Amino acid sequence: MAPSTLSAAFLIARKDLAIEFRTRTAFFSAAVFALLGIVIFYFAWDPTAVASIDLAPGVLWAIFTFSGLLGLQRSFGIEQADRAIDALLGAPITRESIYLGKAMANLVFVAAVQVIAIPAVQLFYGVPLLENAALLALIALLAAIGLVAVGTLFSAMAVNTKLAEMLLPVLSLPFFVPVVIPAAQATARLIAGRPGSEIVGWLKLLVAFDIVFVAACTLAFPFTIEE
Amino acid sequence: MITAQGLSRRFGGRTAVHDVTFSLAAGDVLAIFGPNGAGKTTLLRMLAGLLKPSEGTGSVAGVTLPGGAELRAAIGYISHASMLYGALSARENIELAAKLFGVRDPRGRSTRALERMELHDRADTPVRLLSRGMQQRVSIARATVHDPLVVLLDEPFTGLDDSGSAALGAHLAMLRATGTTLVLVTHSIAEGLALATHAAIMRNGALVRLEKGEAIDPATYLTVYREHVTHGA
Amino acid sequence: MTSPSSAGPASGAAKSAGGIDWLFLVAVLAIAAALARVIYYTPFEAVQGPAQKIFYLHLPAALDAFMAFGVVAISGIAYLWLGDLRLDRAAESSAEVGVVFTTVVLVTGPLWARPVWGTWWTWDARLTLTLFLWFIYVGYLVLRGAIDDRALRARYSAILGILGSLLIPFIHLSVYLFRTLHPRPIVIKPSAPSLPPEMLTTLAISFVAFTLFYLALVRQRYRLATERDLLELEEGR
Repeated sequence: MAPSTLSAAFLIARKDLAIEFRTRTAFFSAAVFALLGIVIFYFAWDPTAVASIDLAPGVLWAIFTFSGLLGLQRSFGIEQADRAIDALLGAPITRESIYLGKAMANLVFVAAVQVIAIPAVQLFYGVPLLENAALLALIALLAAIGLVAVGTLFSAMAVNTKLAEMLLPVLSLPFFVPVVIPAAQATARLIAGRPGSEIVGWLKLLVAFDIVFVAACTLAFPFTIEE
Repeated sequence: MITAQGLSRRFGGRTAVHDVTFSLAAGDVLAIFGPNGAGKTTLLRMLAGLLKPSEGTGSVAGVTLPGGAELRAAIGYISHASMLYGALSARENIELAAKLFGVRDPRGRSTRALERMELHDRADTPVRLLSRGMQQRVSIARATVHDPLVVLLDEPFTGLDDSGSAALGAHLAMLRATGTTLVLVTHSIAEGLALATHAAIMRNGALVRLEKGEAIDPATYLTVYREHVTHGA
Repeated sequence: MTSPSSAGPASGAAKSAGGIDWLFLVAVLAIAAALARVIYYTPFEAVQGPAQKIFYLHLPAALDAFMAFGVVAISGIAYLWLGDLRLDRAAESSAEVGVVFTTVVLVTGPLWARPVWGTWWTWDARLTLTLFLWFIYVGYLVLRGAIDDRALRARYSAILGILGSLLIPFIHLSVYLFRTLHPRPIVIKPSAPSLPPEMLTTLAISFVAFTLFYLALVRQRYRLATERDLLELEEGR
């Protein structure tokens, strides 16, 4: 019996994570890139003119998108080498399962980088992020889902073009804007101790984005690989 | 087991495969020879359900092309690219395939596939560290772990040295012995004819010659092939 | 070996080679007439003075820029459904003309803002949305340029066009919510509702002229795309 879409997706996600765990290069690159970015941005502003607490949310989520792109690049890169993708396409699994599996693996990757980036921002910028860990984790999860939904699809497309590494950021970044704005705004209010009512609106926007784009990208994915 | 009736495939204005017709029974082995760009890979990918035919009909293992999951479940596809994940071991690659094909007892079947291909002592090494010949054996194990009725091979002898080719030939003969239907695209006429029950020549997308094994004289076939390919007979 | 999509070039090329492109001529005349009306026959706006007249170029260009992207997205959906390359050529043409119109909006916006409000850029919600439309267009054209395979290019462009059109409302919402929570000290743009009749008429004339120009440009670009595709087919690509 051929595996269901979800089972096949889990198999593919585990496979991607196993490969990443073996080599670890993409994860370390993305994590170090995030740390460097967080540090560099601190020196880009005059600390007497702008308080680091004001800076922190923006830096956190801007760096999140750039370091996320590093991981997304690899997502379909590993399928190109030796045409491993043909083995997946030759299996009796739905095309959607390939997209979902890779998106899930990318989600874990992005979340892992956040686990490093968030404490780093707290440390270097002196902002009480971890005090609101649960709500921050929710913001991070919703933002990561949006990032990964679009990024995984574009990674599948970019890998088949002449300018793969350049194309992925150019295509994806406009799509990350409705993720970064709500995430940064919600985080800023969170650390300023604002009431939940001010944050909920931004979370709803993230949820709406996630629902629309996970659905749209899952539907679009088979078109990126059919011949 | 495999039928093709007027199969054609166009890419934009270019016709890669034109009006191919043939029929194979279970256990037959078809060797397809032809120069680069003759459309052999395209034909194979159509039979594998990876490409939709532009025209014509065909069926593989009782499923009409292009088929879907049902077709893919009955086929094993091997190409000159290994289609393996270099960072994973042979065992992991084969087990993944077994699970994706929904095989019962994926671990057990994978182990048996590894033993059949004589890979058990390198089973847990990352595949990228194996020689080309060994990688080819892993590819075959991966493509056959689900016991497909049909195996399609696209230039599997590429990049193999003499001993590697001999080993591959032996493994393909083993496959043939189990009653699997094979379609083998190859440049290597000697190896192809050694296995084939049917031989065909493709040129410019068309099947210009097709004959059954008994009628083929290996000694003269090379001359026949050269004639077709260079003079377009 | 002729298909419907290759029957076009012969007749299209003959038209533009042998005859005059009447649509283009009419469109250019319409723009000239609209400009004349804007400059000479429309009264000045009380508060902003002469600079406000850029509005009659700015708004129609913006409307056509967004409409052009709608054409890109709808052609994309239709292409994925029907597989006819003519639809992709229409999308490609509309995108190239659309990005030009978007650039016009992004140039006239600051030109208007500077004399009236004292700064070049105000992060006005609609102008910001247009800025993102520009980025989406650019991404679309870069994607097209990066794919040689004709069918793949059409398919991927269609996907990007559709996703881009889904993105626009989210960007609008994000920017709008951002702005309402960060009120600007500057008075926000005057908008259409309370325009006197002569100004509305000028706006309407200008919009018709710009839309005619859009159609003329798209048709020219479409013919170019058809000839190029035919050439590639003959070269065996």
